[in-house]
Amino acid sequence: MNTNYKRLLTALCLTGAMLFASTSQAAAVGGNAPDFTLKSKDGNNIKLNEYRGDVVMINFWASWCGPCRQEMPALEQLYSKYKDLGFVILGVNLDEDSNKAIAMLDKTSVSFPILFDETKQVSKLYNVSAMPTTFLLDRNGKLRYLHKAYKPGYEHKYAKQIKTLVRE
Amino acid sequence: MRHSVIFMLVVIALIGSGCSKIEPWVKPYERDRLADPIMSFSRDPVSSSYLHHVYQAREAARGAEGGQGGGCGCN
Amino acid sequence: MVLKAAKVVDVAVTRTARHCLAVGLLLLNTVCQAAILPEDRADAMYHSYDGGGIEITGPSILVRKQIGDSFSVYGTHYVDTISSASIDVIATASPYAEERTENSIGVDYLRDKVTMSLAYTNSEENDFHAKSLHLGVSQEIFGGMTTVSLGYSRGWDDVGTLGNPETFDTDRHNYRLGLSQVLTKDLIMEIGLETITDEGERLNNPYRQVRYLTSATTFDFQDEVYPNTRTSNAVSLRAKYFLPYRAALHGEYRWFDDTWGITAQNFEIGYTQPLKDNWTFDVKVRSYKQNEADFYSDLFPFQDAQNFLARDKEMSSFSTLTVGAGVSYEFGKGNLGFIDKGSLNFSINHIEFEYDNFRDVTAGGTPGSEPLYRFDADVVQFFISLWY
Repeated sequence: MNTNYKRLLTALCLTGAMLFASTSQAAAVGGNAPDFTLKSKDGNNIKLNEYRGDVVMINFWASWCGPCRQEMPALEQLYSKYKDLGFVILGVNLDEDSNKAIAMLDKTSVSFPILFDETKQVSKLYNVSAMPTTFLLDRNGKLRYLHKAYKPGYEHKYAKQIKTLVRE
Repeated sequence: MRHSVIFMLVVIALIGSGCSKIEPWVKPYERDRLADPIMSFSRDPVSSSYLHHVYQAREAARGAEGGQGGGCGCN
Repeated sequence: MVLKAAKVVDVAVTRTARHCLAVGLLLLNTVCQAAILPEDRADAMYHSYDGGGIEITGPSILVRKQIGDSFSVYGTHYVDTISSASIDVIATASPYAEERTENSIGVDYLRDKVTMSLAYTNSEENDFHAKSLHLGVSQEIFGGMTTVSLGYSRGWDDVGTLGNPETFDTDRHNYRLGLSQVLTKDLIMEIGLETITDEGERLNNPYRQVRYLTSATTFDFQDEVYPNTRTSNAVSLRAKYFLPYRAALHGEYRWFDDTWGITAQNFEIGYTQPLKDNWTFDVKVRSYKQNEADFYSDLFPFQDAQNFLARDKEMSSFSTLTVGAGVSYEFGKGNLGFIDKGSLNFSINHIEFEYDNFRDVTAGGTPGSEPLYRFDADVVQFFISLWY
C-alpha cells in the first residue's frame, strides 16, 4: 500500500514536471519567441532568428479558415506599408495539404513569405488556440502582442502596434 | 487492477490539482476536415428546413430536428 | 355516410409544423459557425410535393446580410400553393385549392463566443393565423470543440373553420437544448433535446373526422375530439464523419414521445461525395415509424364511443421510408463581381407511407376490412444560392 502511494506520488511529480517542462518552452507574451525553421512557398528554409532586428508578425492561417482568408489582403497592405521600416510578416500556413494554400494564394496573392507547418510542430510550440492567431515580435525577438481570431478592424490595432514596435 | 486504480487516481489528481486541465484534443489548427463544407450538418438551410417541414406535416413526431447550432469551432 | 361539403385542410398534421419551419430556418443557420456570424447568402428555391392526391408547390426565399461586425439580419418568405384531393378530402368533402404564406425576420448578434438570436414569424391562411417568437443563445466552449445552445419559442395560433366566425387559440412553447461536440479530426457529433407543449381547444385539424359503425355494414362520420393539451419530447443524435478521400458520411437517430401515447423513432444514413471542383452529390435513406395515439381508431364501434376521438391518419400507426438524392453545382468563384460564388442545386426525395391501421374507405367493402391505405410522394427541390 505504502509503495503504491510512493508510486502515485512519483507519477504525479513526473507528470507535473513534464507538463511544466513542455509549457515553459511554449510561447508566451513577454517572453522570447521560440525559434523555428520552416520550408517556405519559394522552396527555401526560413529561420525565425534570421529576422532578429526586424519587427516580425507571425500569422498562423489556413485556407479553410474564413476569417484568415478575409484577413490576407489587410496583412498584405500592412506589409507593403511598413516593410521599409524593418517590418516583416511570416504567414505560417496550417493546411494539411499545402497545395490548397498555394491554390488560394494564386487568387489572393501576397508578397510576404509564406511558410508551411504541415506537421504542426510550430503551431504546438506557439500554442495556437484560435484561427487565425497573430503574434507581434519586437526587434529583440520578444513576443509582445498576441491576437486571437480576426474581425474586420483588427488591422487598425495591428498598425498601431507595428508603429510602436518599429520606433523602439 | 491496482495499476488501473493508480492510473485513475493520477488522472483525477491531475484534473483536480489545477496544475493541468484537459486540453481540447482537436486543436483549432487541426480542423481542416471539419471545416470542409461537406461536414456541415446543414449545408443549405433553406433545403433542410423545407424537408423538415415536409416530415413535420405528415408525421406525429416533432422537435429536435437538429442544426441547433454549434459545430467545429473552425473559424 | 354523410358527405360534408366543408373544405378539408389536410396539409398539416399539427399546426406546429408551420412554425417549426421558421424555427428550422432560424437555427440551421448557426451550424459550424457559433463563434462567427453566418455567411451572407441568398437562396431562392422552388419546391414541390406530389403524393396521395395532394400537390403543393411554391417558392422559398432566404436572404441574409451582416451589418457591422456583430449583427447579421435575415428574412424569409415561403409560400405553399395547395391543391388537394387527398383521401381525407375524397372521403368526406370536395377537392379544394388554397394558399399559405409565411414570412419571418431575424437577427443574430455575436459577442465574443456567444451568439444570440431573435426571430419573428408570421403565417397566414384564410382560416388560420400564426405568430411566433424565437429566442436562442449558443456558446462555444472548450477551445471551440463544444458548442452549447439553448432555445425557446413561443407560438400563438388562431384556428378557425371556413363559414364559421368562431376561432380557437393555441398556445405553444418550445424548449430546446443542443450540444455539438468535435470528437476527432474527422468526427463531429450533435445531440438535440426539445420539449414542446401545446394548449388549446382545437389541437386537432378542424376538418378531419372519425368514423363509427351504424350497423354491421354501414358507418357514419363525426367530428374529432382531442385533448386540450399535448406535451412532446424528442431526443436526437447526429454524427458526421469525414472519409479520407474527401467524402462525408452522416447518421441520425431520433426518439420521440408525447402525452397522447405516440412514440416514434427515425433513422437516417447519408453520404456526400464532391467531384472535381464544382460538383457535390448526396444520397440518403431515412426510415420513420410511429405507433398510434391512445384515442385513435380507424373505426369506432358507435357514436361518441369515448371522450377523445381521432382518425387523423397522422395519429395512426404507420411507417415511412425515404430515398433521396441531390446534386449541386458551384459556379463563379471570384469572377462574378460582388458575388463570391453561387450554386445550383437539385434534389429529389421519394417517400413511401404505409399505414398499419388506417383503411382506405374509398375502396368500399365491409367496414373495417377495407384495404389498408398507402401512398407514395415525390418531393422536388430546385434552388440557386449566392454568397456575397
